[in-house]
Amino acid sequence: MSYALAVTAAVLFCCGTYLLLQRTLTRVILGVVLLGHGTVLLLQVSGGRAGEPPIVGSGVDGADFVDPLPQALALTAIVITFAITAFLLALAYRSWTLTHDDRVQDDLEDHLVDRYARVELDRAAQAAAREREDLTEFGPGDYVGPDDGPPDEADT
Amino acid sequence: MTTILPLIVVLPLIGAALDLLLVRSRLAQRVVTVSTVLAVCVLAVVLLIDVESHGTVAVQIGGWQAPMGITLVADLMAAMFLTVSLLTVVFVLVFAIGQGADERSIFHPCYLVLIAGVAGSFLAGDLFNLFVCFEIMLIASYVLITLGATKAQVRAGMTYVVINLTASTLFVTGVAFIYAATGTLNFADLAERFPGLPDHVRLAMGLVFLAVFGVKAAVFPLFGWLPDSYPTAPTSVTAVFSGLLTKVGVYAIIRSQTIFDVPELSGFVLVVAGLTMVVGVVGAIAQADVKRILSFHIISQIGYMVMGLGLYSLAGLAATVLYVVHHIPVKTVLFLVSGLVEQVGGSSALQRLGGLLHRTPVIAILFLPPALSLAGIPPFSGFVAKLALVEAGLGAEKWVIVAVSLVVSLLTLVSMTKIWSGVFWGDVEVDNAALAAEAVPAADADSGAPRRSPALMIGATAGAVALTLAIAVAAGPLYDMSSRAATDLLDTSTYIDAVTGGGS
Repeated sequence: MSYALAVTAAVLFCCGTYLLLQRTLTRVILGVVLLGHGTVLLLQVSGGRAGEPPIVGSGVDGADFVDPLPQALALTAIVITFAITAFLLALAYRSWTLTHDDRVQDDLEDHLVDRYARVELDRAAQAAAREREDLTEFGPGDYVGPDDGPPDEADT
Repeated sequence: MTTILPLIVVLPLIGAALDLLLVRSRLAQRVVTVSTVLAVCVLAVVLLIDVESHGTVAVQIGGWQAPMGITLVADLMAAMFLTVSLLTVVFVLVFAIGQGADERSIFHPCYLVLIAGVAGSFLAGDLFNLFVCFEIMLIASYVLITLGATKAQVRAGMTYVVINLTASTLFVTGVAFIYAATGTLNFADLAERFPGLPDHVRLAMGLVFLAVFGVKAAVFPLFGWLPDSYPTAPTSVTAVFSGLLTKVGVYAIIRSQTIFDVPELSGFVLVVAGLTMVVGVVGAIAQADVKRILSFHIISQIGYMVMGLGLYSLAGLAATVLYVVHHIPVKTVLFLVSGLVEQVGGSSALQRLGGLLHRTPVIAILFLPPALSLAGIPPFSGFVAKLALVEAGLGAEKWVIVAVSLVVSLLTLVSMTKIWSGVFWGDVEVDNAALAAEAVPAADADSGAPRRSPALMIGATAGAVALTLAIAVAAGPLYDMSSRAATDLLDTSTYIDAVTGGGS
């Protein structure tokens, strides 16, 4: 196994994850691309050590062949990532023509639920405030609580 | 029998290709799509009957022997899921045609590709083909979810695509790990080699794939994308997504966890299941839009399926299989009804709806059985599935999760009541006035379609309701079948024998 390849895959994963978490669509797409590359590299590494081309009848001993399966898998993964990246780019372009903004938009329904919750909170706060007002209106202004005692005695 | 397996995957793809050639004639497209789906449906039923009587069927594509080539396998669980999915898909297709959702010529090819992907995922005999079939299914779903290319759809579609793509990347990463650890990707081979691996490797693999399929199945805390993206798509698309896509994720979770055989994760899976149920249903109660309420319910229901798996017992797995079989048509019907409501009421927001019970009692009648079934009320299929789950939970002495599941089904009923009172009850007069005022903004994606429910949509929904009722009636035999499917899952030797021994 090659450490250089493994480390490269790790770096690609790091950069890809960082870009994926950005708010700008182009960066998100770049992040997806980097993540895809990291994965393909990891697939290669999982196949074990390097070796001769696996062509039967080429005169090379079978034990020296490189494992061909991860390469076949990697090719498939590359094709799929390629297709979806193209789709993502088209989607980002459509998003640009619709909003003229490259950033991911907030969800309208989330805003509505959020506003609804705020209104409810406000209403509860107002009700609580009104209750407090009612209490102060009701109680005598010169009422002294039991714990703070007569002020002049405490001072001396 | 060995020709049926590949046909189920290949036929829809051929149909999709034909549909692409016939873009100029919508009628021809409809004929091709409907006949393809019906044919695949018949094949699936034949397959189910055969698997039911003769056991697991496996086909080596191209004649390459088991661990080398591509293997398609149908065990009892896969055959059951496949049949129910395809039966449901037929009704959704008729509904979509009635709704005029196929206005854009790309709808029919994508619909068939989606079916091919779903069928392929159920039948895939190795991890990488599962990945490829997942991708086929997802790519079709990417197109379908952004079909109208409106602002909301593009926004939601972006989230959906990026999250699923990230999960797929993680999937391939997991495949690389598995290959490095075992040197094979074939399920049968993996089942043989996994017990030999060190405990921490098995555990890590179990967790990686739980996370990967957890995103696809929308379990807590990986569900955020679902209620965001599903409601924006046309109803018929949301209906097929809600019935199939997350359930393919659940299928993959069951398949991977039974093969990796990691009972150590049981406690963790149960906690995840409980949180998924609770968060899903609480989210549903907070919403004020029929489609969003239903979307949150998908999450909550996924919790039940994961719960049965988390018990790691025969009864638990059997209950999970039965739950999935019950859930696929029920959830789909609910979305179809929400489509009818949208068509008649002009909106899916509870505020703008009301009094539909008087205007179109048919829709109310169609809504009631699946809604009660989802909440687990006795004569319907949901009750049987939940009963099986609770019994399995009690048998495994997991009291907390059983209590949680019962409370959540009560809350499910509460939110169904919310839809009922918001949509079907209420003052008709006041509401009509409000509707007239709201008429212009309320007319959304289906603006070109007629306001009255076409008979085809009602008929399709009624057919799907009949399917859910049929499942309730046949619950006894279905539970027996689920038990046998669960036995096959836990005892992997039948699966291994079918793949390595009976290759043709």
